[in-house]
Amino acid sequence: MYRYDEFDQELVSERVEQFGRQVTRRLNGELNEDQFKPLRLMNGLYLQLHAYMLRINVPYGCLSSRQLRALAHIARVYDKGFGHFTTRQNLQFNWIKLEDVPDALAALAEVEMHCIQSSGNCIRNITSDQYAGRASDEIEDPRVFCEIIRQWYTLHPEFAYLPRKFKIAVTGSPNDRAAVAVHDIGLRMHVNSAGEPGFEVIVGGGQGRTPHIGKTIRDWLPVEQLLSYLEAILRVYNLYGRRDNIYKARIKILVNHLGINEFRRQVHEEWEFIKDGSLNIPHEEINRINAYFAPPAYEKLDDLGPELDGLGETNDEFQAWMRSNVAEHKVAGYAIVNLSLKGPDRPPGDLTADQMDAVADLADHYSFGELRVNHRQNLVFVDVKQSELKELWGKLKSLGLATPNIGHVTDMICCPGLDYCALANARSIPIAEKITERFEGLKRLHAIGDLTINISGCVNACGHHHVGNIGILGVDKKGKEYYQFTLGGSSDQNASLGDRTGPGFSADEAAGAVETIVNTYLDVRQNGEPFLDAYRRVGMAPFKEALYGAD
Amino acid sequence: MALIKNGLLVRDTFENAAGLDELPDRGAVLVSLDQWREHRDQLLRRRERLGLLLLSDQHPKEISADVHYFDLIALDFPGFRDGRAYSYARLLRERFKFTGELRAVGDVLLEQLHYMHRVGFNSFDLDSEQPLAEWKTAAGEFSVWYQPTADGRATATELRHWRNERLRASAM
Ligand code: HEM
Ligand code: SF4
Repeated sequence: MYRYDEFDQELVSERVEQFGRQVTRRLNGELNEDQFKPLRLMNGLYLQLHAYMLRINVPYGCLSSRQLRALAHIARVYDKGFGHFTTRQNLQFNWIKLEDVPDALAALAEVEMHCIQSSGNCIRNITSDQYAGRASDEIEDPRVFCEIIRQWYTLHPEFAYLPRKFKIAVTGSPNDRAAVAVHDIGLRMHVNSAGEPGFEVIVGGGQGRTPHIGKTIRDWLPVEQLLSYLEAILRVYNLYGRRDNIYKARIKILVNHLGINEFRRQVHEEWEFIKDGSLNIPHEEINRINAYFAPPAYEKLDDLGPELDGLGETNDEFQAWMRSNVAEHKVAGYAIVNLSLKGPDRPPGDLTADQMDAVADLADHYSFGELRVNHRQNLVFVDVKQSELKELWGKLKSLGLATPNIGHVTDMICCPGLDYCALANARSIPIAEKITERFEGLKRLHAIGDLTINISGCVNACGHHHVGNIGILGVDKKGKEYYQFTLGGSSDQNASLGDRTGPGFSADEAAGAVETIVNTYLDVRQNGEPFLDAYRRVGMAPFKEALYGAD
Repeated sequence: MALIKNGLLVRDTFENAAGLDELPDRGAVLVSLDQWREHRDQLLRRRERLGLLLLSDQHPKEISADVHYFDLIALDFPGFRDGRAYSYARLLRERFKFTGELRAVGDVLLEQLHYMHRVGFNSFDLDSEQPLAEWKTAAGEFSVWYQPTADGRATATELRHWRNERLRASAM
């Protein structure tokens, strides 16, 4: 994992001091809320329905046990004892007091964490594949380039006041677990005909009220030229992105307005000037960063194979967990373990301070002291010995983190919605709870198979509803909460936006509608195909009929 | 308004003629892009120092061949959220090789000064009671940068490289 050296640490400490001074000026009245707003927004501090909300970057989802303990400490001392993992691999605290923020930031800085650019119209925390460096289908570890990009955009002086926020995601694998096609820039690693790794650059994806799947602006870019190419895209966007209307300010609007070919021409015109300049990444720098991501000291082990299945012979629940929550590791004898934050007891993505401490201990014991956050709001241990899976399962189960539902119906993405969010039209957490209640039975859950449900409390789409296999969007209809459904969305390598089913459903009807959709799928399913394949084959008609009746 | 230039509090010696119907007979003037286009010959004949004000929708490529005529280019920030002039400043310095005074005018906030400084501005029109103190706070806020920009300051990558060279040298 990347560790700060004296330069990285100095920058973050200076930022903490700077923000401390700004908070003091706000508290003693030198700054009014209007003047303070842009400053706090550059430090991840939002004003929400009930309190301030602090968003902490977890760069490309990598977290050490030491960092998680610091987050537990902050949750306990400055918040109400829990934190919320988001779809952007970040962590949010919903109940922070302004006067405590400088101390919380200082505690974060001690463990090499910060909130710089976690909000505001700037380049946000970069996200990536939660299995990076461990996945057997990977070309190269994307974290190396994530870190290089992270340093480049941190306090980038030219791009601190963009037309709108800007999100970059990177995957090193052809199987996209980082949803790169729905980011402002998505980078997908490919090998060219000469066998060299480079990046396909995708631009103009995004969700929100006008969702778009990104378009490929360049098929293959040498890794050394990554930063100059990003800088060219950002400069064109900074100069020509719309600033008159915040709903039309994202880069996707510019790309669609110009068309990808004209946008590409402008970017390349700009790039010609800078492509061989000081932004070129020297090989020694790539090697330096690469060294931080060297694999841990694996033992020489064999894959357990059939014995692994045998481990769970007597236990349905363990076997179910093995099937859904455990993934293949590229090193023999090891496995990747997903910790589900989608149990029945807490809102999706929430973790208490005590759970954080316990998870940190488990990470130390079973996974070299590191963990990951994924964009579906779960945690991941990436280096678990297969022989210790059963033991770990038992411990996770007692923490309520072994719900065997990863990738299944109850592994929902869900935004905070009207329970916390000032922009919400409807609640989303209670809808998730109702769906969880309906699908609690293990056998049923696994019989349904891979199916993602994503819920947002308003058109801003923080809950990724456009790219959920089933998407649920909360709207306000004459003062009542209604839920519109979309089907067929996906954020993987074949990303697609969902199609509207028709009129929305009330809060009481929403979970029933999900059940109707699932039952219809089970009726039309052939050869065990997953929901998405079935939907793409049969289309909307049978679902529409089941939901609204024949017309 | 107070003017900070190269870290000092100074008097503005340019008369702001942007928007005036008649150009003043004598003295250094700041003119608009329209005025420059319309009165170019007259302005050059005056043999006085010349400044150009560019608004945030006026790309400096419009005058890229003329930059050597200007002693001052002022870039306007109509609101602090409008970040186009950060790019313009870099282009003026790095691509069009403008070496004169590059001034930030309009909605210029203390917290933005270090960004502005980094992209190539060397003077700032501040609406402040204590401009010099503000400048000093802002200028001293950060000492580490990752990006190579017009101000030529060493980046973290370069500092690391030098540190390693030093360590290597002292180990020999
Ligand atoms: C509770 C406070 C929150 C507020 C006020 C808020 C606000 C917004 C707004 C206004 C947008 C639309 C931006 C646009 O389309 O230009 C947005 C998008 C988004 N937000 Fe949030 N959000 C909040 C919480 C969250 C949480 C908890 C998550 C993660 C679980 C999240 C992740 C995202 C994502 C992934 C987008 C996606 C759309 C995109 O960038 O294209 N947000 N948010
Ligand atoms: S989708 Fe809407 S309701 Fe949900 S967190 Fe985002 S802004 Fe709030």
